[in-house]
Amino acid sequence: MSDQLINVVIAGLGGQGVLKASDILADAALRTGLDVKKSEIKGMSQRGGSVTSDVRFGRMVLSPMVSPGEADYLLVLEPTQVEANKRYLKPDGVLITPDAVAIAELPNKKSLNVALLGALSVHLPLPEAEWLEALREGFPADLFAVNRQAFLTGRAGATA
Amino acid sequence: MPSPKRQLLSGNEAIALAARDAGVALGAGYPGTPSTEILERFSELGGKGQWSPNEKVALEVAIGAAFSGARALATMKHVGLNVAADPLFTVAYTGVTGGLVIISADDPGMASSQNEQDNRRYAVAAGVPMLEPSDSQEAYDFLLAAFEISERWNLPVILRVTTRVCHSYTVVQARRPNGAPKLPEFERDIRTRVMIPANARPAHKRLRQKLSEIEEWNESCSLNRIAPGDNQLGIITSGISFMHAREAAPEASVLKLGLTHPLPMKRIAAFVRSVKRCVVIEEGDPCLVEAIRAAGMNVEGKAEMYRFGELTVPRVRRILNNDTSPEPAPPPGKPPQLCDACQYRLVFETLRERDCIVAGDIGCYTLGVLKPFEAMDSVVCMGASLGVGLGMRHVLPPEQARRVVSVIGDSTFVHSGISGLVEMVYNPPAEGHVLIILDNGTTAMTGQQENPATGRKLDHEPTNKLVVEDLARLLGVKRVHVIEPRLGSNEFARILDECLASRELCVIVARRPCILIMKRLRELEQCECETKEAP
Repeated sequence: MSDQLINVVIAGLGGQGVLKASDILADAALRTGLDVKKSEIKGMSQRGGSVTSDVRFGRMVLSPMVSPGEADYLLVLEPTQVEANKRYLKPDGVLITPDAVAIAELPNKKSLNVALLGALSVHLPLPEAEWLEALREGFPADLFAVNRQAFLTGRAGATA
Repeated sequence: MPSPKRQLLSGNEAIALAARDAGVALGAGYPGTPSTEILERFSELGGKGQWSPNEKVALEVAIGAAFSGARALATMKHVGLNVAADPLFTVAYTGVTGGLVIISADDPGMASSQNEQDNRRYAVAAGVPMLEPSDSQEAYDFLLAAFEISERWNLPVILRVTTRVCHSYTVVQARRPNGAPKLPEFERDIRTRVMIPANARPAHKRLRQKLSEIEEWNESCSLNRIAPGDNQLGIITSGISFMHAREAAPEASVLKLGLTHPLPMKRIAAFVRSVKRCVVIEEGDPCLVEAIRAAGMNVEGKAEMYRFGELTVPRVRRILNNDTSPEPAPPPGKPPQLCDACQYRLVFETLRERDCIVAGDIGCYTLGVLKPFEAMDSVVCMGASLGVGLGMRHVLPPEQARRVVSVIGDSTFVHSGISGLVEMVYNPPAEGHVLIILDNGTTAMTGQQENPATGRKLDHEPTNKLVVEDLARLLGVKRVHVIEPRLGSNEFARILDECLASRELCVIVARRPCILIMKRLRELEQCECETKEAP
């Protein structure tokens, strides 16, 4: 991927695990040795409002924010948040919504954020092992198994 | 030697790590977005970090530590520095014996603030050196550098960060700690530290002399650097704007300023001469561009429309293209709101039903201004609900004055509501007044921090507890009620009606723990019980 910069925007509502998902993605990218930046606004978003988190990775990242029209991938955890965020997508960018995963197959519906990362992962040049390490680091031991399964379910159901 | 571990850290986490590595003996602050996580992380890393009742006290505590030879840190959001401005302006005169760094976390765009003041003005006004990092690595490096500058010139130094630097995660590699902590020891120095006019007059001259030395030093300081490009376009910038500018104009030459007060004017002049067109890219107020123009240089700034809100890569492109066409409005997201199970929904419904005139304050409960409540008529700054409510009571016609109430949270009351309560007792309005303290047992808005009224310290360990109703009684308020606002109970409404009709000074403490801390509270209380029962 040499000089290629990848821009991902993750959006949802407070409490859905948007920030956790972006932590995992950023950590997986960091583990491959790339430069990574992740940006979000905390504060009022803690009260159930809209939350977005931008993750950018590549050889060198400058601004931590993804500009409108420049996101390669838009991951939306809550369908109502598509409209407010689709302006971030490139014309040929990929939108990933909860439809991308078979929610009924998830061991726990709270793992939707991680399952969507699984769906995203088939598009990204990050090895599965780094994703799983990021999940292992990102969750307490008792939640790792559930999230690992959610990730693999999302990954298996998606096509690049 | 293996290279240090690459970590993805927020700017705040990087500052905390640097504080630990710099051997900071004491960090004091008051929670405020976007600064809050600095002291929390510093404490988690084993540092001594503590919440003060407000930023003024926090800075004073840090000054005391720095007078004693230690390295000390004071953290606050931009508006917090207004509260701490009094000690700031004079500690610039006294200077310090150890190291003193003040973190000013500004919030351009007001992600979670009542204004977007630009605290670069404070560095100039108080005569204090200022550093502005642009990412987490620089946040780490610049804090270490700030202590070196502070100790070399015995001056307080402001590290100014902004929301995007505080809350963006970028790669950090820790460096070698820069100086073993000295053992604090008191050395008497009355002429330097006691600012009676006879001592303050020479102190002011000393300060200006130090600043002129730092300005000279800054001319060749490595905290400023040039990202080389072609000579058609030159950009002068600092902080997060550097990142946006480099991305918006990768071909341009960029002078990135790290130590932004006092400015290295000779270096700036040389840069301006080296390029055909020179544009200053800065977020917020036109501070840099005004200073550079005042020094006689012909540089371009930004149109007034870009003074508002954060800069972004597209906005920097527009500035460089002199584009002042209207910007596309972002589609609205879902606004924050009081939690569904928040006990204070009931309070605001009750105030709304009575058409109360509500002098409000700063915290989660400020959301009482939104639909469906719309039960807040003013919010100015921390603690203002008391004074503003009293002023209204003093001048409004009696039938309106009797509807005025002041509403304040527990942490905000301790921060700066107490002196307002003294004012209420000292200058009581003819129609009396009603103060409602919403005590949810935490500083909820900034992420559930402790405060003096919770009886727990920053790390949740128990300490002495300030009991707000006892304080109100002690100050001379006769009618003090403590009630629990909960669904199905009309106790709050009944007490409020009584108080509004009384024409006396009344304090209603509406106490019920924030639902977000219930679980932690149970664990802490159980833990404390076990400790007490242990032989």
